[in-house]
Order: sequence, then C-alpha cells, then structure tokens
Amino acid sequence: MSAALLTVEDLVLDFRTRSGMVHVLDGISLSLGRGEILGVVGESGSGKSVLAYAMMGLLDPAAQIPRGGIRFAGRDMLTESERSLAETRGREIAMIFQSPRTALNPIRRIGAQVQDVLLRHANISKKEARRRAIEALARVRIPDPERRFDAYPFELSGGLCQRVMIAMAMACDPYLLIADEPTTGLDVTTQAVVMDLIREQVRSANASVVLITHDLALAGEYCDRIAVMHAGHIVEIGTTETLLSTPRHPYTTRLIGATPGGHARIEDLASIPGSLPDLRRDLPPCRFIERCDRRLERCAVEKLPSVNLGPDHRVRCWNPL
Amino acid sequence: MSSSTLVSRTRYAVAENKLTLLAAILFALLIFCAIFGQMLAPYGPLMTNESARMQPPSWAHLFGTDALGRDIFSRVLIATRLDLGMAISAVVISFVVGTGLGAIAGYWGGWVDAIFGRVMDTIMAFPLFVLAMGIVAALGNNVTNIIIATAVINLPFYGRFARAEVNVRRDLAYVEAARMGGNGAIRILYGHIVRNILPTMLVQASLNMGWAILNAAGLSFIGLGVRPPTPEWGIMVSEGASFIISGEWWTFVFPGGALVIAVFCFNLLGDGLRDIVDPRRRT
Amino acid sequence: MIRFLRIAGRRLLGAVPSLIGVIIVTFLLSHALPGDPAVLFAGPAADAASVAQVRAHLGLDHSLPQQFLTYVWQLAHGDLGQSLTTGQPVLTDLMERLPASLELTLVALIFAIGVAVPLGIWAATRPNSWVDHLCRGTVTIAAAFPTFFVALLLVYVFYFLIPLAPEPVGRLNDVYFDAPTTITGFYLIDSILEGNWQTFAGSLAQIILPAISLGLFALAPIARITRAAMLQTLASDHVRTARACGLSRRRILITYALRNAMLPVVNVLGMVFSFVLGSNVLIEDVYGWPGVGAYAVKAVISSDYAAVQGFILMMAVLYILLNLVVDLVSMIVDPRVRFEG
Repeated sequence: MSAALLTVEDLVLDFRTRSGMVHVLDGISLSLGRGEILGVVGESGSGKSVLAYAMMGLLDPAAQIPRGGIRFAGRDMLTESERSLAETRGREIAMIFQSPRTALNPIRRIGAQVQDVLLRHANISKKEARRRAIEALARVRIPDPERRFDAYPFELSGGLCQRVMIAMAMACDPYLLIADEPTTGLDVTTQAVVMDLIREQVRSANASVVLITHDLALAGEYCDRIAVMHAGHIVEIGTTETLLSTPRHPYTTRLIGATPGGHARIEDLASIPGSLPDLRRDLPPCRFIERCDRRLERCAVEKLPSVNLGPDHRVRCWNPL
Repeated sequence: MSSSTLVSRTRYAVAENKLTLLAAILFALLIFCAIFGQMLAPYGPLMTNESARMQPPSWAHLFGTDALGRDIFSRVLIATRLDLGMAISAVVISFVVGTGLGAIAGYWGGWVDAIFGRVMDTIMAFPLFVLAMGIVAALGNNVTNIIIATAVINLPFYGRFARAEVNVRRDLAYVEAARMGGNGAIRILYGHIVRNILPTMLVQASLNMGWAILNAAGLSFIGLGVRPPTPEWGIMVSEGASFIISGEWWTFVFPGGALVIAVFCFNLLGDGLRDIVDPRRRT
Repeated sequence: MIRFLRIAGRRLLGAVPSLIGVIIVTFLLSHALPGDPAVLFAGPAADAASVAQVRAHLGLDHSLPQQFLTYVWQLAHGDLGQSLTTGQPVLTDLMERLPASLELTLVALIFAIGVAVPLGIWAATRPNSWVDHLCRGTVTIAAAFPTFFVALLLVYVFYFLIPLAPEPVGRLNDVYFDAPTTITGFYLIDSILEGNWQTFAGSLAQIILPAISLGLFALAPIARITRAAMLQTLASDHVRTARACGLSRRRILITYALRNAMLPVVNVLGMVFSFVLGSNVLIEDVYGWPGVGAYAVKAVISSDYAAVQGFILMMAVLYILLNLVVDLVSMIVDPRVRFEG
C-alpha cells in the first residue's frame, strides 16, 4: 500500500464567535493515498467545508485547533508558516469551489488568472506562462482557448467558469485536488461533464481528490472511497462499494434512503428526522443521538469507539447495523 | 416599529457606542446654549471696550477679546442661536419640500418623475457651494437668502431619497390594500407611505445638518448674508483670520471650535439615529 | 475598443442635458427672479444711462424666451459680460485666473488620493487594530472641521508657530522669485520645463499648505470608502480562490483586491469633486490665491453679477467634465460597466 499522501489525525477544531465557542470538528481522522478519489459526504453544516479549508491551511483567524494534526506530503499543515503554506498551495495542493463565477476575479481576464498561478509557482517567463495557460485551458476542453484567454468570467457560462477553475487548480500538477461542492449550482448535464473532466484530469496526472459534496449519489459514482460526516464527526468511512452496499452506521443508512437514484419509487425516498445539533452547546459523545433510532444508554456517556469492520471499513458507533 | 424595539435599539445604540451618548449630551448642550445663551452670556455681544482690545483668554474673558474689545465667549455663546437657527431652518425647508416632491415623483412615476429627476440632476450638476453663492448673489445678500440657498442645494439629498423609498413601497401589499379600500392617492401617500419612511428620513436630516451648518458658515465666512457686528461663528472666524499672522489665535479658534463641535455632534447623532432606526445601513 | 468608444460617446451625449440644465438655471437666476436684471448686472454704482445700456445689451425689452436666445447666443460667442470691478470681459478675467485654480485643485486631489487610498488599504489589512481605530476616529473628527477653519489652523501652526511654511501671499513670493514663462499656466510644470529649479521650489513651497487644506476634506470620504471596499473585497470569494492558488500576498492585495475595490472609490469621486470645487473658493480666499474662486468672492461682495454668473457657469462646466472623466475611468477599471451600455 502506498504511503498516505494526506492524513488527518484526530482533528478537533473550534470557532470563536460572538455567541460562544462552536465545536465544529470533533476528532476527525482519515487518510488518503496517491491516485485515490475520496468523497466526504454530509449535510450542510456537517463541517465538511471547514475540514477542506483546514487541509489547505485557509482557516479563518477565529478558528482554533486544540488537538490533532494534518499531514500532507510530509508537511504539518497546521504548524507551517503562512509563507511556506502559500508555496504549497496551488503547486502541490489545490482547491476548487462552488459558484465558479463568483470564485473567479470578475474584472480580470480568465487567461491572466491561470497565468498568475503559473507565474507564481514556476520560474518561467511571462510568454511561456501564457503559452502554458492556453495549454491548460485546452486541456479542460475550453473551445478556442487562444481567443478565450482574453475573456472575462461574466462572458462565460457557469460550466465554462468551473473549467477555468479546474485549469487553474491543475495548472501546476498538484498531488491533491480538493473539490468543494464543484457541481452545486450547475445544471445536471453540466454537472456530469464537470465531474467527468475532474476524474479524467486527476487520473492522467495520478493526482488524488477529496470531493466534498452533500450528494451521496454523486460521490457513489465518482469516488473510490467515501467518508460520511455528521456534525463534525466522520461516522463511517470505507470503499464506495462496501459503504453503499453494506452501510453500518444508522446515519449512513438514512442518507442512502434519502438519496434519489437508488430507489424504485419516489415514495421510498425518506427524509432524515431532526436536524443537526447546536454545536455551541456541550454535546454528548455521539452527536447523532437525537436523531438515532438505535441509540443505547452508553451512547450518551462513553466516548465513541472506532470499530474496524473490514480492511477498509471503519465506523464510529456503539450499535452499528 | 414597536416602542419596545425602539427602546431596546436605543439602549443598544447608546450602550454599544459611547459616542452616541456623547452626541446626545452635546446636542442637549447646544440647544441649551441656543435658547439660554443670551441670558447666560457674561457680556453683551455688541459691547465694545477700547481698553480691552485683543486680549488673550483670561478669567475675565474666557475666550479673550477681539479687535473691538468684545468678549468672544459671549459672542460665541450667543451666536449658537443664529448658526443653529439658520441650519435648522434650511434643513426643515429642504426636508419638507424635498420629501414632498420626492414622494410625489416616486408615487406617480411617468412624466412627473422624469421632470423631477431632471430638476434634481440639474441642481446636482453644479458644485453645490458654488450654486449657493450664485443664489445669494441673485436674490440679495441677507440671512434669509442664505437659508434659501442652503435649502435649495440640499433638496436633491432628500428628494431623491424620498423618491426611492416611496417607489419601493408603492406596490407593496399594504398599499394595495389601502388603494382597494378606496383611499385617495394623497391619503395613501401621506397617511401610509410617508409615515413609514419618516424615521429613515429623519436620520438623513440629522446626517445632513452638519453639512448645512458648514455650508451656511462657509457663505458667511466669505462675507455673504451675515454682516458685522452680528455675532455668528463663520463671520467671527473671518474677522479673526486677519490676526493669525500676528499670533492672536483666540479670535478665530474659538468660533471655529464651536463649528466643529456642532457639526461633530450632528454627525454622531445621525450615526446613532441610524443605528436605532435601520442598523443595516452602517458603513 | 469600439464598444468602449461607443459607450464613451453615449456618456458624452448624456452630459449634454446637464449642460443645458445648467445654462437654463443660470439664466433663470438672473432673468426670472424678482428684481430688474438690468439693475443686477449694472451694479450698485450704476446711473440710469448705464442701466439702460445693460438693458439694451441683454435684450430685456423682449419676451423671456427671446432673452434666453440672446443669452445663449452671447454664451456661444464667449460673451459673459463685463466685470464691474476689473473693467475687463468676464471671460478674459476667468481665463487669466483658471490655471491657478486648476493647479491648486489638481495638487490637492493628488495629495488626497495619494494619502487616502494607502491609508484605507492599510486600515483594511489590519481590521480592528489600533491603527484602524485611529484612522476611523481621525476621519470622523476631521469631517467635522470646516475647510476654511482647517486652512486657518494650518497657517497658524505652520507659518506662525513653527516657521515652516512661507508667507501665504499667493502662488509665488515675487520678492524672491520670478514667475516662469507661461506655457501651461501651471507654475510647477512651467518652471520645470524652463529648468528654473528655484522658481519650482518657491512655487511648491507656496502651494503645499493650500493644497493640503483643500485636500484634507476630500481625504475623509475617500479613505473611508477605500477601507470599506477593501474589507469587502478581501472577504470575497475570488480572493479566497487566489489564496487557495497560493498567490503572493502582494499580488492578492493589489491585483485581486485593490483593483476590484477601486470601483466604489471611483464612484465616490464624483461627490468628492463637488466638495473640492466648492471648497476651492474658501481656500483661495484664505490664502490669497489668485484663482477664479477668489475672483468670485470679490465679485459677490461687490455685487458684480456678471462675474459671479460667469464663475458659476465655468465651475459647472468644469464639474460636468470632471464627472465625465470619472465615468470613463470607471469604465476602464471595471469592464462589466462597458457591457451594461
């Protein structure tokens, strides 16, 4: 097994806000190898985006990390200086976001934005950077890249803007691409096109991906492994096949039940009762407890275990299925 | 807005921002001086005293004396009424006329709105102080015309704001309901809509007062409107200006300081009122 | 490029109604208000004969629309009337003095923008620090100071208390320095063109204090808007993307934040110019600066109405032109504006 490219070890993260300390992440652990596509799936507010920002070292100053670590390509992402992190970002680890149109600089030509990334991380001339930028645009199949180099984001569709972002992210051949809800806000056809493009780009570069999404079906189709998040916990993590065919955490089962696509009839779609707990309060060890129909007495008191159910299948539950 | 919201927001605005409290105190002080200044002044404003000319501040004359031996403290105190009076009159006139015209334009739309827009644009096409000078030059050099000129150049400020606010509310549900209830247009306009926008407009008026004071003072500084020996802050600064090069600073610093305090007070008050009425609009 | 020119052309045409409005207003001020325009223009010292002369020249015997046509006709031919105080045509008076005012205003604006923008950026990059609070506090207090008061304070402190500034006698102290030969009319530029460094130094020394006095009032709104716009831009999505790509701090600040923040700043310049052109009059009065503002003040006091009217027209035209420039600059800064048409 290849050495892990990215490991998150028991990460605890709090946000200092006006209304108190918000305990966003509570003991997140995962690892990712080279060439893998890992999906991080959860409802909005589950902390998946915060996790992504933490991996990039892009956290808000209000964030505090009392415990845990993130290691990427041998570096400790939590203790590195901002300067050294800025070197790594864009070059070894890259990120794309949702709402691609607002994620791009609205008054700067798209070609120049790709060029900026190249000039920053490679010691090349402006002319060479321009050439490579056009190449990058062509690689993400933007039609007529020479001419489109001078286009502004508002002249392009949402799908094309997302391609530009992918081009910017992949321009320096990073080891890891973090995709934070890259298809949300795009229409279904464009979603498929963008995801296919991402998959193709990373396969050809042997890069890894962390795909953040609320759409379990999307993760199911494109990811090798899936981590299911709920309220700052990774409740279950395993290979896609195992997880989707034999889910062991009650939340995962609920999630599958609520995802369209796996059911014969739409009436079978079931929503998950309740909502995410208020993360400012002191919470029980298992944060799913209010919404769980399999809760035991010990769930409210004892620290959650990490149960290994197979070679690559782990669940954090006292009463797994 | 309910009275409980008003109270809680006021409490927030005052507690959160000590400056609002300061502004309220200054405002009270200014009004007090305007009303009682004449009675409290130790010397008469026109009392000349040949033997006490150009004296620096002392216990006898807190702000010193000017070229004619008049007590500057008394003159500054008494001038409060005139300066505030000019500014308040101007603001009231432009507030009433501006809001009225703007509301009509915003409600009726069409050519009424178009003409209104053109007139406002034309006023705004001039650098405002310059236009004020022109109006005073054309109408005649007296205090009334200073007030009129200041009112005219502030019209677009209220007019456009009122127009925009009324325009937004024109098609809201409660207005529709009033219309269907058979209410006449004027009644709807003033009974419903204007009453609703009044708080926000008052905030604008307070923010605008400082500007009105500066305008009127600027006009009197260059010699328009107020004539000597009338005590007024602007003209007193102008009279004191000629003595700077000989170092007699008290003749212009104190009246100028009074202007600063007044404008500062109204600016802060406007900010505070805005926090009470519409906290979203903060910069 | 063509699109840019087309929009620019449209903006230019858009300025025409403003110009027409300005001409109408100045006409109405003198011709339509109560009082005899002939007496107004003839001045307080006029006798019956000169009043009759003015009446004939202005065509006041005809109807109001006719008078307006006469007025426009005279304007088109550069006839702004005769000044009672100088005896010269008003246009000549104004053109003689315009370079002095323009030079002062430009130096003031360069100072204001040159200080306010970096100050606003600095405050935005250190939110809630003591620098930020000091900046906001100073700006709030400074906004309460009348321009003429600030000017007088500066003269008192820097001329009387600390003898740093020269005597406020106008553009150049002709006891020590010779005026440069007129090429542009700007003393600073003309003296450089001539290679006359002493005159340059002398002119610079004279212009510093008035320019700072004038610029200070513009500093407050510009700094405030720069700070607010920068704060907003630095928190935006595209800056987050730039950080995620590892772009350098400098690159992010300037290319990804500042340029985007410039649009609201440019938009506020229109209002700032209104203040500045108005305050110009007061500053010129305080410093004895031989510009159009000082000329207008003398004219208003001595009831020289033609001169006042000429001054107002000139200032309005200048302001319309400045707003046009601001419009065009905003089109350059923000390409989206070009597409709105």
